[in-house]
Amino acid sequence: MPSLLKRGADLANARIQLDKLQSLDTDLIPHFGEKLKTSGLLPLKPTGVDILQINMGKMCNQICKHCHVDAGPDRKEIMTRETLQQCLDALDNSGIKTVDLTGGAPEMNPEFRWFVEEVRKRGVHVMNRCNLTIVLANPKYNDLPLFFKEHQVEVISSMPHYTSGMTDRQRGNGVFDKSIRALQMLNEIGYGKEGSDLKLNLVYNPAGAFLPGDQNSLEMEFKNRLKKDFNIEFNQLFCITNMPISRFLEYLIESDNYEDYMKTLVDAYNPTAAAGVMCRSLVSVGWDGKLYDCDFNQMLDMELKENINHISKFDVEKIKERTILINQHCYGCTAGAGSSCGGETA
Amino acid sequence: MADSTYYKPEDLGKFGSITEMNKELGDKFFEYYGKVFEEGALTAREKSLMALAVSHAVQCPYCIDAYTNDGLKRGITETEMMEAVHVAGAIRGGASLVHGVQMMNIIKKKTM
Repeated sequence: MPSLLKRGADLANARIQLDKLQSLDTDLIPHFGEKLKTSGLLPLKPTGVDILQINMGKMCNQICKHCHVDAGPDRKEIMTRETLQQCLDALDNSGIKTVDLTGGAPEMNPEFRWFVEEVRKRGVHVMNRCNLTIVLANPKYNDLPLFFKEHQVEVISSMPHYTSGMTDRQRGNGVFDKSIRALQMLNEIGYGKEGSDLKLNLVYNPAGAFLPGDQNSLEMEFKNRLKKDFNIEFNQLFCITNMPISRFLEYLIESDNYEDYMKTLVDAYNPTAAAGVMCRSLVSVGWDGKLYDCDFNQMLDMELKENINHISKFDVEKIKERTILINQHCYGCTAGAGSSCGGETA
Repeated sequence: MADSTYYKPEDLGKFGSITEMNKELGDKFFEYYGKVFEEGALTAREKSLMALAVSHAVQCPYCIDAYTNDGLKRGITETEMMEAVHVAGAIRGGASLVHGVQMMNIIKKKTM
């Protein structure tokens, strides 16, 4: 299936997504700002800038049904070396100690290895959101696990289930088997093993219109099953709630789950999770260098205000003073135990 | 009343309101209910599957809704859930069939 953009679907347009998010009766789905106000969190302000999250491009070898980036093989947007250099300059001038690489498949950016090496030279920690199958997608990527090890990159990989059925339905046919093989390759060189410094964390996000369960229980279940069935080990499981945007929004609408899902998110609103939302401690860079409060706001074109809206103007003090932009999709990060790129927040 | 039914999905979300008409017993019930489903000698996951099977045995649409969704959140597979439903089916079917022994006893007593 091509991306929304390639298909010319209405939902490829961020404005149409926002209109859809705001189309529900406010008696059913109150304005997110009103909810935040009841928790004393309006206006939503940063607590710091600990992580620079960089979307290195929308190109991906997979075409997952729930992808909030609308990524895929037909997306050609890729961050240039010039923009990546501006990211390095931002690191040099800000004291930020963690970089979170995402995409698309970040490894498909031709500057990926150069960039990781440059970031590591600066003593900055690198988290890389690896879809696993990229390792086997082409011989030129087969040595990625060794590259990650050489540069002490933390690997964070999506794994919606420990069985093939749920995984392949969300991420595409054959993805589960390839992901298992890639995880075994990472284990073989020390990733995810007890006592090893090489961190391998998995991301669980539901393969459908429901919220993730308790992170600790799911982690235990994943550890038991992946060890027993495939002799795979990993460090932590991060539970992430699917955001009602882009391709997951399309799925919700087409499966007649949209209203119920939004109601489920609202009913599960948790003030503790709201206080810990990831946008309070990170800033997100788009493939073209534009800055956002998070990867989701990025996909909805909700960029930071003009004087701080591009990596070339990066000023960490101004960014810390900004007011975070919110909309109805933000309920996805405040439901239940909360959701962030690092899993639960409450 | 044309679109009215005895069972309304949204009523599941109002279950907690039963305390309105008897707070003491309602509160005691929910406290007990919560305790029952905590991790114990059985895991919360095992209890969820048992609850799903019992939901089918007692044919409670609210319970089926609740414990199918609970199973999905816990990562319980559809194969596991369907096996649990078959356990309910086997017990319910067996409960009918085992009475066939009573029938046979009468037949054998009454016939030559």
